[in-house]
Amino acid sequence: MYGFRAEGPMEQFEIIPIFSLPTGSNLLAFTNSALWMVIGTSAIIVFFFAATRRAALIPGRLQSMAEVFYEFVSDLVRDTIGPEGRKFFPYVFTLFIWILVSNLFGLFPSLPGVPHGLHTFTPTSHLIVTLALAMLTISIVIIYGFWKNGLGFLKLFWPPGLPWPMYILIPAIEVISFLSRPLSLAIRLFANMFAGHVILKLFAGFVVSLLSAGGAVMLFGIAPFFGAIAVTALEFLVAVLQAYVFAVLTCIYLNDAVHAADH
Amino acid sequence: MDAEAAKLIGAGLASIPLAGAGVGLGLIFGNFLSGAFRNPSAAAANQPTMLLAFALTEFTGLLGFAIAMIILYTF
Repeated sequence: MYGFRAEGPMEQFEIIPIFSLPTGSNLLAFTNSALWMVIGTSAIIVFFFAATRRAALIPGRLQSMAEVFYEFVSDLVRDTIGPEGRKFFPYVFTLFIWILVSNLFGLFPSLPGVPHGLHTFTPTSHLIVTLALAMLTISIVIIYGFWKNGLGFLKLFWPPGLPWPMYILIPAIEVISFLSRPLSLAIRLFANMFAGHVILKLFAGFVVSLLSAGGAVMLFGIAPFFGAIAVTALEFLVAVLQAYVFAVLTCIYLNDAVHAADH
Repeated sequence: MDAEAAKLIGAGLASIPLAGAGVGLGLIFGNFLSGAFRNPSAAAANQPTMLLAFALTEFTGLLGFAIAMIILYTF
């Protein structure tokens, strides 16, 4: 059903059905993308259950880690949205942890010899996944914005206190900028993960092809090898940073929804 | 010209935004650092703003990537 080797830099993004759901159609299948989402989500659940199982005033090692995550996102939400933002904390926290874990799990090397469908996979390297997350965020912003502010939410597109000629141009610009938000959220995360993994596998491919050339050419394989190590380190940074950026931008957009009528 | 060749040239040209994104990112981090060295106590408070600017600037470069992908795989 599936091969055993990922030969080029692009094969890592291939969606491979692991088993089809019993609907008679091949379109509805449990894929490697879904598998890694399940693995990531289970890892998060297991980690936080283990960390909070024996919650103590003086935290142990696991509990300290969980508290670092909690306080990090909690501070982020409080600083960006303010005290009204507490009700969004679970959403932002889930989003941050899930994206972080999805980004990081794709960076682990696959176990040698496993079938292609079980190679490590980054769910966030696919536009449809990130777009779904971004649309979720923007839907919450729009629905909550109208629910809380009524038509005052539209002040977002009509900032008060400008000289009148500006009102010819500003609403159009604001509407376009608002509509591009889900796209920019989705494309940023997707393209970062996608491009980073391509570079990583390109460097790894250089090493393999130079080493298999034999003779003195093999020595040229050393430089891309260290390049691959450096890119891996950079990718860990990017994985964490992009999860953070997604969470920050979500908070900023939610802040618009909460305080639309104030400014 | 062959349509396939034109497609590849177009995809290559779509990587030009990288130049602008590189300049922009350099400006952001450079200016943040020069400000942070002058007033280190105010640096931590401005870090989220800096990262936000980084993300927004980076997006212009990534749009070039998205355009390259559209040229390569949808036409």
